[in-house]
Amino acid sequence: MATTGSENNKAPGSTGGANGMNVRDAIRQPLWLLAELTYSCPLQCPYCSNPMDFAAVKSELTTEQWLSVFRQAREMGATQLGLSGGEPLARPDLIELIREARKMGFYINLITSGVGLNADKVAEFKEAGLDHIQVSFQASSEDLNNLIAGTDAFQHKIEMARAVKANGYPMVLCFVTHRQNIDQIDEILDLAINLEADYVELATTQYYGWAMHNRDQLLPLKEQLERAEAIAHRYQDEQKGNMKIYYVVPDYYEDRPKACMNGWGNVFLTVAPDGTALPCHAARELPGMQLPNVRDLSIREIWEGSNDFNRFRGFDWMQEPCRSCDERFKDFGGCRCQAYMLTGDPAKTDPVCSKSPDHHLILEAIERGRMEAAKPAEKAKPLVFRNPKNSKEICGL
Amino acid sequence: MSDGIFKPDSIPMLALGYRFQWEPAQDCHVLLYPEGMVKLNGPAAEILKRINDKQQTVAELIAELKVAFNGADLDDDVYQFLEEAYGNDWIRKQ
Ligand code: SF4
Ligand code: SF4
Repeated sequence: MATTGSENNKAPGSTGGANGMNVRDAIRQPLWLLAELTYSCPLQCPYCSNPMDFAAVKSELTTEQWLSVFRQAREMGATQLGLSGGEPLARPDLIELIREARKMGFYINLITSGVGLNADKVAEFKEAGLDHIQVSFQASSEDLNNLIAGTDAFQHKIEMARAVKANGYPMVLCFVTHRQNIDQIDEILDLAINLEADYVELATTQYYGWAMHNRDQLLPLKEQLERAEAIAHRYQDEQKGNMKIYYVVPDYYEDRPKACMNGWGNVFLTVAPDGTALPCHAARELPGMQLPNVRDLSIREIWEGSNDFNRFRGFDWMQEPCRSCDERFKDFGGCRCQAYMLTGDPAKTDPVCSKSPDHHLILEAIERGRMEAAKPAEKAKPLVFRNPKNSKEICGL
Repeated sequence: MSDGIFKPDSIPMLALGYRFQWEPAQDCHVLLYPEGMVKLNGPAAEILKRINDKQQTVAELIAELKVAFNGADLDDDVYQFLEEAYGNDWIRKQ
């Protein structure tokens, strides 16, 4: 399960103390290490945030190399380790990585689709010291789920969610919402209640990688969102004390951007399957990146000295209107990848911001989504599923 | 403060998925939880350490703290902290 990016909104300590520090401080610590262990994945989610050309990545880091990355990041102060992908369960050494990371003192989050998981494995992970499992769902109804995920994985996921709970983990379910499933939000929440979930994240699709490619088919309509939000709030009230529901509005419908990654090179470090170190999991697609690799450089050299990590660090790189805007300390001018994908210039204000001269691009994208949605099903653009064949074809690999 | 959630015979426990540990890089105790971390001040760390180390009632926990801190009158502070920690979802009642 690739991260949807939704955790950007609650990156380390954003609800706690670690974030209370002055963001204008000099270089900070990489508190959050996201290890994308592999691009292998049995699913083919069209909203996947993995890069379109993931099939070009041939050689993954070895167990020893990953452990060295973990050790170095931990020494620099990292506490949170996210294990994602692709599907992290596709790595045969996952249990060993968990065990060693736990010995180093990491708080370990496994972000999985649940495919390849079984009750025995959940128990083994627990024994090895895994702290937290997040199981992602595509939708609540089996048919839609199978359509969206491209495989027949749904029943299994429900069993896995139960096994997670039986092993004493809080059950954290993540549903990635988009135009084709958001109308089922009440069914999704009923399912979560049935499963006795502790936390439900209704994560909105973030438009990177495959999701960007499929945006016209995925972007929800305004009226869908209004309905979904009302339902989410009703369930939040009803479930107070039982189940926590996080509902995130897609940033396309906001007039301020998200504080992407809590600031570039500020607390967040991603390492891709091939060892490329990135300030955010989508940054690989930006122009002019040098893409330092953990095989050649230490984490400290990359974090403190690399061009990539310093490029949008702090505030000096900003253009107007961000440059003189008081809100820059709060939202860091938004997302660099989104600025690039929409305007062609990664140093521009995130077009989500209503102060951005490019804000019309967001409104036009919404309008295009609406026009697609109005087409009869057989005329609509088909969803492009995330798989190696499509990756090679589209990227000419 | 005993009109709150915690009574002398309640047994506080860390909430599911929370971990208490010493963090050298921060030079303080912290609570780690999914995707986050709280840095703890001294008194909070003293209380949470005892909740983490063994299951005991609030009364026992206070007695232990009094021994550690020369009989200081800290009942109200402990109850107040427990209520706040509960409100933050850091701890639960057994
Ligand atoms: S295809 Fe789906 S499950 Fe696989 S990495 Fe992408 S989002 Fe995650
Ligand atoms: S102009 Fe820039 S800093 Fe100001 S609110 Fe918009 S994105 Fe944020």
